[in-house]
Amino acid sequence: MPDSEEHIDTLILGIGNVLWADEGFGIRCVEELNAAYEFPDGVRLMDGGTQGMFLLPWVSRASRLLIFDAIDFGLEPGELRVIRDDDVPRYMGAKKVSMHQTGFQEVLASARLLSGRPERLALIGVQPQQLDDYGGSLRPCVRARITEALAEACGQLRDWGVDYRQRERPLQADERIGPGELEMQSYETGRPL
Amino acid sequence: MTETTTPNGFKLDTSGQRVVVDPICRIEGHLRIEVNVDDNNVIRNAVSTGNMWRGLEVILKGRDPRDAWAFTERICGVCTGVHALTSVRAVEDALGIQIPANANHIRNLMMLAQHTQDHLVHFYHLHALDWVDVVSALKADPRATSELMQSITSWPKSSPGYFRDVQARLKRFVESGQLGPFSNAYWGSAAYKLPPEANLMAVSHYLEALDFQREIVKIHTIFGGRNPHPNWVVGGMPCSFSLDGTGGINMEWLNLVSSIIDRSIEFIDKVYIPDLKAIASFYKEWTYGGGLAGKNLLSYGEYPDVANDWSQENMLMPGGAIIGGDLSKVHEVDLRDPEQVQEFVAHSWYTYPDENQGLHPWDGITEPHFELGPNAKGTKTNIEQLDENAKYSFIKAPRWRGHAMEVGPLARYVVAYARGEEEIKDQVDGLLHDLGLPLPAIFSTLGRTAARGLECSWAAHKMRYVFDNMMANLKAGDTATANMDKWEPETWPKVTKGVGHVEAPRGALGHWIHIKDTKIENYQAVVPTTWNASPRDPKGNIGAYEAALLGTPMVDAEQPLEILRTIHSFDPCLACSTHVMTPDGEELTTVKVR
Repeated sequence: MPDSEEHIDTLILGIGNVLWADEGFGIRCVEELNAAYEFPDGVRLMDGGTQGMFLLPWVSRASRLLIFDAIDFGLEPGELRVIRDDDVPRYMGAKKVSMHQTGFQEVLASARLLSGRPERLALIGVQPQQLDDYGGSLRPCVRARITEALAEACGQLRDWGVDYRQRERPLQADERIGPGELEMQSYETGRPL
Repeated sequence: MTETTTPNGFKLDTSGQRVVVDPICRIEGHLRIEVNVDDNNVIRNAVSTGNMWRGLEVILKGRDPRDAWAFTERICGVCTGVHALTSVRAVEDALGIQIPANANHIRNLMMLAQHTQDHLVHFYHLHALDWVDVVSALKADPRATSELMQSITSWPKSSPGYFRDVQARLKRFVESGQLGPFSNAYWGSAAYKLPPEANLMAVSHYLEALDFQREIVKIHTIFGGRNPHPNWVVGGMPCSFSLDGTGGINMEWLNLVSSIIDRSIEFIDKVYIPDLKAIASFYKEWTYGGGLAGKNLLSYGEYPDVANDWSQENMLMPGGAIIGGDLSKVHEVDLRDPEQVQEFVAHSWYTYPDENQGLHPWDGITEPHFELGPNAKGTKTNIEQLDENAKYSFIKAPRWRGHAMEVGPLARYVVAYARGEEEIKDQVDGLLHDLGLPLPAIFSTLGRTAARGLECSWAAHKMRYVFDNMMANLKAGDTATANMDKWEPETWPKVTKGVGHVEAPRGALGHWIHIKDTKIENYQAVVPTTWNASPRDPKGNIGAYEAALLGTPMVDAEQPLEILRTIHSFDPCLACSTHVMTPDGEELTTVKVR
């Protein structure tokens, strides 16, 4: 069966748009996590882009959801924040938190309405420095937080009892979560002058 | 002077009170509408503007043309596959690549699935709420709702108990304060005309559609692989078939696709279409929102029946242009002709060497130039009111032979109707007959909404046709999915140009590519929302949104439900034409009356 049929124990989702500088933070985090670790069946890593309702088939089948995203908490650029469970929608409802809030808040609300899932939720977000650089990549202060974001993610996954381990051999082409031409290195080196 | 007539025949009067609605799009990105209303709250002037978009050449120049689809897939979160397909078609056109029959079938299936899913989601989750009062559904009698439902369809979920359950679920949701998807609306407005029972029926189907649309997405998962962003390849499709089940797409998956197609047809014909008719029957007197629909319409044509034949005779949904409302003549559209599609920037925040002239996309340039006109109010970072006599939008003004055009499902339907397509004529005439309306009634907001519903049904049925053709081809032994003869850049000409087009759910989409020394030299996209949300051009012709709003009476200028209805009927998607720039922008639609 295609993978959209299966139940997902833990969905690890990067949200954002790689084409708009720090908007790409969520995607880059999930790519790095995938490059560094191997996960058991039932854990799904996904580059969610800015897909909104298209993500519902996965989000509504996941018991636990870990999100990486660029968020606006009015913090210093590059500051990291982790929000869990009921704090996620409540925070989103109060003030615009995610750049794709309209889309993703609807996905979360719709998933809850349909299936009561995800039961557990964690959002690891970074305050962006710059968004309006079309074709640009992460700014240094945001890029510098990827390692910390990954550590937060690992801690959260351990708390949830998710078993993961360091990759023994480098990531193979068919193990990528997104197309190779969009991965950070080729994306950055191919930028038009 | 406050009263003028535009060259495309619309009277504008800017003397009345100004109403600003910002942002208006429920999906993503910013669209802002400003209107002037007269003493009776009738819209007499309309201004459509979108924030920030920069040309694709900014991300693509110098890159490998075979990679372009992956980048264009990321410019919009809703139309992913649509941009990717347009991109591979543009590159194939530039390099003279012929794709195999199976690749054509799969692409058609994926686009038909996209239309089916997108139209269904748009109707129930974005647009129905402009007509359906969710909170009123709490007052409905479940038994009467059941009777209403059983009088219009044989869909099984229609018992009083079912509606009682939905009502209880809705009540808990409303009481929890987490209105979520329902929060952006004007519940209780006198502009809502449905009785509580029809509202409850529609809300139930909102939930059923939310559930069901997840099934349709699986078609993309099966053929596109790594969803939510499907895979594409220049030369065909990057998937393989193995009917004996040794890897790739096997019979089990194909049977699942077949079953999803059957269930889609049933859901749309037994739920969506009856709902559409039921809702429309309460709004028959709401005849507003036609604008350009009765005048100028454009469709590129879609779904080549036989691979690599781009003649309109070979299209399952043939295209063309209608000018001046003359349905007796469908004009042929040539996307390569420099005189046909052109973009103007006289009223857009870009600069051209000569702003009275338009540029064909192969010659397109995107040089931002953000300045407010002398009569604008506010500042560049906090615009209170735009000056539409100057530059006022980051959206360019595309024109076909100088005409502002409407694109989208209604444009496709009118063009196909004018071409005498039997299936389309039967659907349109049947719906009008059931509602007791004449043909001109389709040139309206409701007509746009109805065309989308009819097309959703048409697309689901066409999936069956395409699927059966594909299976016949596979069973005849042809399993090829890609033609890689011209994959290597050594086989390419030194300089070449191409154009790819797709009829996206929202309308005509084109990508124009210029390849030089195996790299992208220029890349321009003209997206459906650019046509519909277009600002004025140098001659003063207004765009489709602007024209459609004129003459509409508002119940209450503080609650711009009527504006939302008409704009939503176009299914605006601003993510590709604009981008959310303000990190702490308003969460809900704001309305300012000046």
